[in-house]
Amino acid sequence: MKIAIINYGAGNIQSIRFAFERLGVHPFLSDQAEEIATADLVIFPGVGEASSAMAKLKATKLDLLIPQLTQPVLGICLGMQLLCNYSQEGNTEGLGIFDTDVLRFNHGVKVPQIGWNTIDQLKSDLFNNIADKEYIYLVHSYYAPLCNETIAISDYGITYSTALRKDNFYGVQFHPEKSSAVGAKILENFINM
Amino acid sequence: MLTKRIIPCLDIKDGRTVKGVNFVDLRDAGDPVELAAFYADAGADELVFLDISATEERRKTLAELVRRVAEKVNIPFTVGGGISSSKDVDLLLHNGADKISINSSAVKNPQLIDELVSKFGSQCIVVAIDAKKINGEWKVHLVGGKVPTEVELFQWAAEVEQRGAGEILFTSMDHDGTKNGFANEALRRLSTERNIPIIASGGAGTFQHFVDTFKEGRADAALAASVFHFREMEISELKMKLKQHDVPVRL
Repeated sequence: MKIAIINYGAGNIQSIRFAFERLGVHPFLSDQAEEIATADLVIFPGVGEASSAMAKLKATKLDLLIPQLTQPVLGICLGMQLLCNYSQEGNTEGLGIFDTDVLRFNHGVKVPQIGWNTIDQLKSDLFNNIADKEYIYLVHSYYAPLCNETIAISDYGITYSTALRKDNFYGVQFHPEKSSAVGAKILENFINM
Repeated sequence: MLTKRIIPCLDIKDGRTVKGVNFVDLRDAGDPVELAAFYADAGADELVFLDISATEERRKTLAELVRRVAEKVNIPFTVGGGISSSKDVDLLLHNGADKISINSSAVKNPQLIDELVSKFGSQCIVVAIDAKKINGEWKVHLVGGKVPTEVELFQWAAEVEQRGAGEILFTSMDHDGTKNGFANEALRRLSTERNIPIIASGGAGTFQHFVDTFKEGRADAALAASVFHFREMEISELKMKLKQHDVPVRL
């Protein structure tokens, strides 16, 4: 199995690679469109600021590749947010896969949200054998509101989407690579897509 | 619901853990990786590694250690100790650290916070503040709490947030090592005035101390070292006690 982790210089991607290696698979890191396109599965990671991450994607023309991918794609954290229409962070146009905007938390809560929260109302194969109200680890200041593509919800001053899906595109706001056994199971489910 | 975090802190010197005794079930409790994996399995929500080595080789040794931890451990961890440039941070993040913490270097050069935040994002920049009450005023201290400054705690915390730090790790030097409880009054003020998460540190001795720091101190997370390293308290038992007191925890 070939798993590509898109390497566009946005944050710590070693942890994601290590998490897959703990599951016995060996992803490769790449910023080359042809190479990424041949993978069976694609991971689109990202931490940091939205507009600078999008600028890095554009510099490598990966913003053109990603929407055309037909294999399962998993956006993680900022990766998920960049798959949305638009982010308030840095006034950033997204890749428009998920039909929602990304907004800043503004509901009397501390920002960023840092720590373990529960996921609920789970839909899709990504959450096979995951019970409602399991704990996952999150670090983020912006969130995707509930929409037609929501496949998991969490509460933080407001109920919002902690996972999204459209066709072959999946996005998770949490960090499965840092979410203990629950996160490992979610990554395993993705490998089995 | 977002839960309160329990964070064991591991002191590291030349790639080895400094404290840590009652670990007969571990092959090598001096190996930070093994100890980290133990804590992750025991229910720790996060880990902090504080490097106290002073050798020429420290950067390289620490980066190698961070990589080994990231390979093995599936919960987030923060690395601190002697970090003073974006080059240091880059090396640690690229080896798999989730967050880094800066302390004295930020007091000496507050601009460093802005620089790191713009390069790496708020989410991975923790500012650690060591403070002590002198003549009724909380003063920030440097070099592991040894050197007093004229900087006032609550003003500094406000500046740290305004410069974009994602989190504050507050250690009361008056409480650290006493096992008499956390500095809840100061913590409550920090947590109420600031809009970023506050990690309480210094003074953990009993289960009740953790309950109090979450309830009275309104801390978002609590950090401790010796109560865990000397097995005076098991994390699973601590979390059960917290739950009984209606403190939300991950079980």
